[in-house]
Amino acid sequence: MQREADLASHTAEEPNRRDFIVVAAQAFAGVGAALALWPFISQMNPDASTQALASIEVDLSPVREGQAITVSWRGKPVFVRHRTSEEVKTAVDTRLSDLVDPLARNDAKPEKTPATDANRTVKGKENWLVMVGICTHLGCIPKGQSLSDSRGDFGGWFCPCHGSHYDTSGRIRKGPAPRNLEVPPYEFVSDSKIKIG
Amino acid sequence: MASHESTYRPTSAFAKWLDARLPILRMMHAQFVDFPTPRNINYLWTTGGLLTFFLVTQIATGIVLAMHYAPTAADAFNSVEHIRRDVNYGWLLRNMHAVGASMFFLAVYIHIGRGLYYGSYKAPREVLWIIGVVIFLLMMATAFMGYSLPWGQMSFWAVTVITNLFSSLDSIIPGLGTRIVQWLWGGYSVSGTTLTRFFSLHYLLPFVIVGLVGLHIWALHVAGQNNPTGLEIKTASDSVPMSPHAVAKDIFALSVFVLLFAWFVFYLPDYLGHADNYIEANPLSTPPHIVPEWYFLPYYAILRAIPNKLLGVIAMFSSILLLLFIPWLDTSRVRSTKYRPVYKWFFWMFVISVIALGYLGSKPPEGSYVLWARLFTAYYFLHFLVVMPIVGVTENPTPLPRSITESVLGKSGHAVGVGAPAAPERR
Repeated sequence: MQREADLASHTAEEPNRRDFIVVAAQAFAGVGAALALWPFISQMNPDASTQALASIEVDLSPVREGQAITVSWRGKPVFVRHRTSEEVKTAVDTRLSDLVDPLARNDAKPEKTPATDANRTVKGKENWLVMVGICTHLGCIPKGQSLSDSRGDFGGWFCPCHGSHYDTSGRIRKGPAPRNLEVPPYEFVSDSKIKIG
Repeated sequence: MASHESTYRPTSAFAKWLDARLPILRMMHAQFVDFPTPRNINYLWTTGGLLTFFLVTQIATGIVLAMHYAPTAADAFNSVEHIRRDVNYGWLLRNMHAVGASMFFLAVYIHIGRGLYYGSYKAPREVLWIIGVVIFLLMMATAFMGYSLPWGQMSFWAVTVITNLFSSLDSIIPGLGTRIVQWLWGGYSVSGTTLTRFFSLHYLLPFVIVGLVGLHIWALHVAGQNNPTGLEIKTASDSVPMSPHAVAKDIFALSVFVLLFAWFVFYLPDYLGHADNYIEANPLSTPPHIVPEWYFLPYYAILRAIPNKLLGVIAMFSSILLLLFIPWLDTSRVRSTKYRPVYKWFFWMFVISVIALGYLGSKPPEGSYVLWARLFTAYYFLHFLVVMPIVGVTENPTPLPRSITESVLGKSGHAVGVGAPAAPERR
């Protein structure tokens, strides 16, 4: 009797070898289960064929001043607008303090670059604005590409889904969207041709 | 499960043999035949049966539709048209499945409203209520993924907008939201890959719901059903056996509801849908005015009412998750709103707010619509977070009847009132 009571108090106070083995086995099984789960989760990520980065070339020569075209890149629409000089001037004259999102969101520039119009275009080609045409709110395609579209309160683009207004530099000015429209990586391969991606 | 004396007597030799080995018939008899049901429950208590009917209908029609549907971006849209035009009775099965979803939600909203009015979430039914909220969330996920399957313009853009809700997490941890969204999509935009996985999950979740409905009924039969007085069953005369009393009522209500169902299925199969969904999905063009199905409109209005992306998303999700906490937010001593003269007004204000939000969700997010949506959104949250805790303490409830029997028969307690049902024998 005495020995049993001793044993009971002993096990209650200090873990013995068996406790250690049990905890170690449980931890091992837990880590193993988590590792086994990973392929089931990861299979949903973009696959190799989707990840293969496609780049496209776009001929700008048919796009007249004031016109815009939409091209598809990585399954996303890319807006290319040939801005009028008034549109460029309005965009350049906008003070940074009036912007909702102060960052340029240009994939070709560092993250903290301020959202001036110059930082969202290519030097010497300021009349061309190239952006991913997906509203940064919930992913609708904003209106404003065709001349008959509503372009919102700031003359750029207007997202009809939840009422976000973008200016002539594609910067968010009013509505629920948190960020300026993204500028994809692109370069001018000739005077009238760009390569996106 | 609630203890009561079962009257089950196996008669045939087989029933006796089975009863000694797996007493499933005894259990079914105890839970669904002679289960004590409050004698005063009204037609709002038939919605549970209705929901079971629609769950079974959706699963049955869904399984056969899946035999003809092709879950790929290239074929999905055409395969739905193929079902409607070529497959034998495909038009009927598709209409039942599409309209059935709307009927399911109509019934569940009545069911939830009943629970809110009669305080069915209060102790000891908190777990029952929480399981119900989880079922509701799964229903919404299932309906959302099902709506993507026809791969029309509304399907495509609904998926785009709703999955993008998760990208709002970017404003907490940059890049996290985008990674989650790309994980959900399996790409950099909604594509056929997304459609296929949604089809797989749309097939799975209804069976998860079936399991949870089992737990929901189990929890219900432990606590016993609530009733318009909110009182518990105390004596034998407070209850009647479920069959035939409640079952007959269920069957009558179901017959009436199925008339409505059939009216839509046969005469207005596309009325509850949207014309734009008969244009095949086009990733390069958003329809000018996108709206969700009617049953999601109130939440959509809440999302749009708030001018900040992350906060809008949080408000939308918390509008439903709040329901999980109301067993503890409601401080009232009495369950049923019938005896709560002050709260009654607030309850109907809440119902009006939800309906108004539904209307506003269908309107473009401009001008005065936004202002009204903000007002009703504010009341939606105030109702749970302020009105429920405060009114429960400050209000003086009207006197409760002493028992369910008294509420039906008056103080005399004898079966004399016109139309009063006789107390069942043996109880």
